[in-house]
Amino acid sequence: MRWIWIDKFVEFHSGQSAVAVKNVTLAEEHLHDHFPGFPVMPEALMIEAMAQTAGILVGEANRFKEKVILAKIKKAVFFDYVKPGDTIKLNAKIDSIAPEAASTSGRITCEDKLIAEIDLIFSHIDQNLAGKEFPEENFVFTDTFKSLLRDVVFSDDKQNSEAK
Amino acid sequence: MAMSRDEVFQKVQEVLIDALGVDDDEVTAEATLMGDLGAESIDFLDIVFRLEKAFGIKIQREELFPAESLLNNSEFVSNGKLTEKGLSELRDKMSHTDLTEFESDPDINKLGDLFTVDVIVNYLESKLNPAQ
Repeated sequence: MRWIWIDKFVEFHSGQSAVAVKNVTLAEEHLHDHFPGFPVMPEALMIEAMAQTAGILVGEANRFKEKVILAKIKKAVFFDYVKPGDTIKLNAKIDSIAPEAASTSGRITCEDKLIAEIDLIFSHIDQNLAGKEFPEENFVFTDTFKSLLRDVVFSDDKQNSEAK
Repeated sequence: MAMSRDEVFQKVQEVLIDALGVDDDEVTAEATLMGDLGAESIDFLDIVFRLEKAFGIKIQREELFPAESLLNNSEFVSNGKLTEKGLSELRDKMSHTDLTEFESDPDINKLGDLFTVDVIVNYLESKLNPAQ
């Protein structure tokens, strides 16, 4: 099973940009300790949420054929807290994409307030790491991820369903 | 419009400061990317993307940093050293680099030392100002 840390995509422009949302709840047990009496979303988990948003955007650009792995955090700057009950919006944009990697920039907002700016680099691992071999099957993009895309219909899917 | 070598160097310096989190006085012409500036393989991709943006050109990673593709080929590497064939391939691919010192002991562990700030500047100069 893969750990999913965003709730769904609300916008998706193939190969360019995407917007996902995550609802933050006090039912997330780590918030009880982070911090006692002052629950705020850990910043490392905001990076994870952006990595999933941008990672799926990068994966979809190559129709999920590549195994996309977070390789570098270029920038992560945080401006405000995220608290239980908040819905955060994760905006990701592809800045550059090459056969072996992609570079993305992202912003996290909550009710139009800027929470964080997070820029990442993803590696297409089969094209990298000097000849090391990885399993044939794509262990990065499993079916579990598909439910995240339930609300955003890709243009060619649309055409297919219209043709039916 | 042709850029002077100083202008190219300055832009390269800015790119490396941002990509590797180093100080401007560390980014000298002779500094090696891996040894002196602490670059890892993924940083090379980051640098290529940033150089493309800064100079508005397309850069093939293979062209700028050709070592990786050589290392995967057993014809080019034997006992941790580049073979004659590997060396000639490297000369071919890194025409903008002086390889004399490396050739005397073509240990693949020293390949990283070939990538200096100067090599990037040389490459970009040849790309931006092709010989008339």
